[in-house]
Amino acid sequence: MMILSGDPPRSRVLSALLIVIVALLALAPFLFPGAKPLNVATKICVFAALVASYDLLLGYTGTVSFAHTMFYGIGSYGIAIALYTLGPTWTAVGAGLACGLPLAVLLALAIGLFSLRVQAIFFAMITLAVASAFLVLASQLSGLTGGEDGRSFQLPELLRPGTVFAKGVFGITVSGRTLTYYIVFVGAAAMILALLRVVNSPFGRVLQAIRENRFRAEALGYRTVFHLTLANCIAALVAAFAGALNALWLRYAGPDTSLAFSIMLDILLMVVIGGMGTIYGAIIGAVIFILAQNYLQALMGLASSAAADAGLPLLPGLLHPDRWLLWLGLLFIASVYFFPTGVVGRLRGAARQ
Amino acid sequence: MSDLLTLAGVHTHIGRYHILQGVDLTAREGRTTMLLGRNGAGKTTTLRTIMGLWPASSGTITLAGTRIEALATPDIATRGIGYVPETMAVFSDLTVKENLILAARTGPLDDAQLAWIFQFFPALKKFWLSSAGTLSGGQKQMLSIARAIVEPRKLLLIDEPTKGLAPAIVGALIDCLAEIKRRGATILLVEQNFRVAEAIGDDVAVMDNGRIMYTGDMPTLAANTALQEHFLGLSLEAHQ
Amino acid sequence: MSELAADEALPEPPRDIVPAALPIVLALVMLPLSGSASSWVTLTVASLAMGMMIFIMASGLTLVFGLMDVLNFGHGAFIAVGAYVATLAFGPLAAWMQSDSLLDNLAALLPAGLLAMAVSGALGAVFERVLILPVYGQHLKQILITMGGLIVAEQSLYALWGPQQIPLPLPGALRGSFILGDIAIAKYRVLAMVVGLVVFVGTLLVLNRTKVGLLIRAGVENREMVEALGYRVRRLFLGVFMVGSALAGLGGVMWGLYREQIHASMGGDLMILIFIVVIIGGLGSVTGCFIGAILVAMVANYGGFLLPKLALVSNILLMVAILMWRPRGLYPVTNR
Repeated sequence: MMILSGDPPRSRVLSALLIVIVALLALAPFLFPGAKPLNVATKICVFAALVASYDLLLGYTGTVSFAHTMFYGIGSYGIAIALYTLGPTWTAVGAGLACGLPLAVLLALAIGLFSLRVQAIFFAMITLAVASAFLVLASQLSGLTGGEDGRSFQLPELLRPGTVFAKGVFGITVSGRTLTYYIVFVGAAAMILALLRVVNSPFGRVLQAIRENRFRAEALGYRTVFHLTLANCIAALVAAFAGALNALWLRYAGPDTSLAFSIMLDILLMVVIGGMGTIYGAIIGAVIFILAQNYLQALMGLASSAAADAGLPLLPGLLHPDRWLLWLGLLFIASVYFFPTGVVGRLRGAARQ
Repeated sequence: MSDLLTLAGVHTHIGRYHILQGVDLTAREGRTTMLLGRNGAGKTTTLRTIMGLWPASSGTITLAGTRIEALATPDIATRGIGYVPETMAVFSDLTVKENLILAARTGPLDDAQLAWIFQFFPALKKFWLSSAGTLSGGQKQMLSIARAIVEPRKLLLIDEPTKGLAPAIVGALIDCLAEIKRRGATILLVEQNFRVAEAIGDDVAVMDNGRIMYTGDMPTLAANTALQEHFLGLSLEAHQ
Repeated sequence: MSELAADEALPEPPRDIVPAALPIVLALVMLPLSGSASSWVTLTVASLAMGMMIFIMASGLTLVFGLMDVLNFGHGAFIAVGAYVATLAFGPLAAWMQSDSLLDNLAALLPAGLLAMAVSGALGAVFERVLILPVYGQHLKQILITMGGLIVAEQSLYALWGPQQIPLPLPGALRGSFILGDIAIAKYRVLAMVVGLVVFVGTLLVLNRTKVGLLIRAGVENREMVEALGYRVRRLFLGVFMVGSALAGLGGVMWGLYREQIHASMGGDLMILIFIVVIIGGLGSVTGCFIGAILVAMVANYGGFLLPKLALVSNILLMVAILMWRPRGLYPVTNR
């Protein structure tokens, strides 16, 4: 209870699901030793934390930001640029974090103070504009960021796949890769628990009061701009840290893996599917989405070529794996309409009856 | 004398607040019904509910024999209601003329009707082509009332026309409302100013806490100070 | 009515011309910085042409927001759809497009533009009815749903036309430039400016001289009161939404010809520019949108000429500067 900040899942099915997910993720290197399954498990960890931080904004304050991938990217690039320029040392990892995280927070502070001060409704538009400018900057300043190619780098000795700690532990080799996975896993879990703490604190309740009725909250004496900006900064900090973890795992940071607008859409979809304003929804959303992304896309490819072989018109184009976003968009619209409380909301609703 | 407008058991919720809690009210044809009561009693909500701006959650509203509580605001308006909201809601970006053109729903402005309006609102003629945003508060109120009477309407809903106006202008407004009455209009008038109510009211209904507490005719209430104390004590104090 | 002319008018508040003067001041400041008169003219004409095209695309969005408080993140879909649909018309009309006679060219451009507007407008109607109507009044869901709509539209274009860029060459008579001494003015930019001005003046005339226009202006200020006067604002809104979408489609065709290529992601890309324009102009203000569009285009062109690296973020800097000065945009609409 303490560790969940007094905010349990409040549904038996949901609790069971979460326990299974966490257990599987905790044992992933032993249960799914292949390269691809472990990549999927890492991505789930990273996105669960990233989406949870976005939920702090969307679900708890009701503000739509399109700049979340920017903060995620700042974290990624921080690590990548530091390790690329300073070499594969722990000092460089520290330097990357020490540059990336504060930069993300400062930028969030600037955007928050500026756009929330002028008019709250501008927020979504301004974040979209700023994020796109940042994406352009990152791909143009190739001297620093590697441009479109991004930056690949070496990890410190301890984290390399070649570093073997033990062989034949439950049939697998415990390597630097395993250690990296656990760093990501523990980091993500810590971030999610910290976010649970934030939303269940008095501060989190003020955020919800602002979401319900901003004027009322203002009239009650809360400085809404201050609260929203702080929420924005916390979300940015967590996003940047998630980005740093992702870069460590990939040993790479580039526009496509950390800044692209499609990642922003993925985050939105995961939040909505999982359930806004619940934090737990982030975990569920990330699991569903990333599993579908990795395994359903292959199915789409099969279906597309089958349709092409059958000589059907239009279908091959519509089912092509690259058209993944088309179905995602439709799913997204449908979820917002018919499923606004997401999986967690549904499960909790069922538990109440 | 028939009932033009009848509210029966009307409840209205705004968000989670239950504002009207079973309002029963009638406005008789050709008469001016004063809706009195202290601030927050639900007078403005009653008018907005009649207009469909805050739809009733239960109860019935009947205008000239037709149920209107489920209709959309524009359909209620086109059934012959002229509405003067508390905020006056003149279109400040538009000129006086353009405001009245929009109010004349069925066609071009009628010169005779305009001439009649200009008799008691000469300022509107004077500032005919000025934008409404530049008018003074009293002039905006005149424009708002003029919009409601620029074409003949079955029923006028007027929400606190004298609020915040200088005494001299209040006098002119009383004259104007009396003139509108003389033409046979049916009016439901929300007012906090008892002097105004006394001068033009025929019937009276007093609201409190989202219900009608008293109905009767104006002369009776005007003559009976004990009744006034009882129902309007708060409201009169609040005004002094 | 005419015999009721005003005997006198109130002293009008001084007209707010500072924002309108900004582009002129900017152009004058640029004059000594641009090196030569010919490059100044080229840059200024480029800015005006680009600004007018952006205005055409953005005008609908600002009115839609002003009238119904609807923030349509899917507006870009109409731009891309308009451009793609026009290519359908350019196919059969290829002979007229390639001809060197301006009349032939216009005979191809006109039906293509009209077709683009018709399809975009129809799509706009579907968009409004299917996507926006159910989430009317809920900003959060509106943003999410219309964003979803943009993605679906964009991906459908990919599925139908393929992922590659589609070349859209300028018609014969509109290639090249008018040469006046050492000053060259691209012909197509002149056409873009003319169309942009026509749309701007036409919009202003409709808004100021017709009853529908009065209703739109009144509705932007106080929708409730317009309904209380007996007008169905929803139907008016659908009309404005369709016209706005149709204009976005027209803008898409013009932009495609300007860039001489189109791509399904063009709508989403331009959306960012359009948001900056409507924010700068003041949400709901057509005049503000016009000036905002020209300012954005000037900053992009002048900035790109003076400091190419800066041009990447120049729009954001412009937006920040304007909002510092006027937090609700150049021409804030009353009641918002």
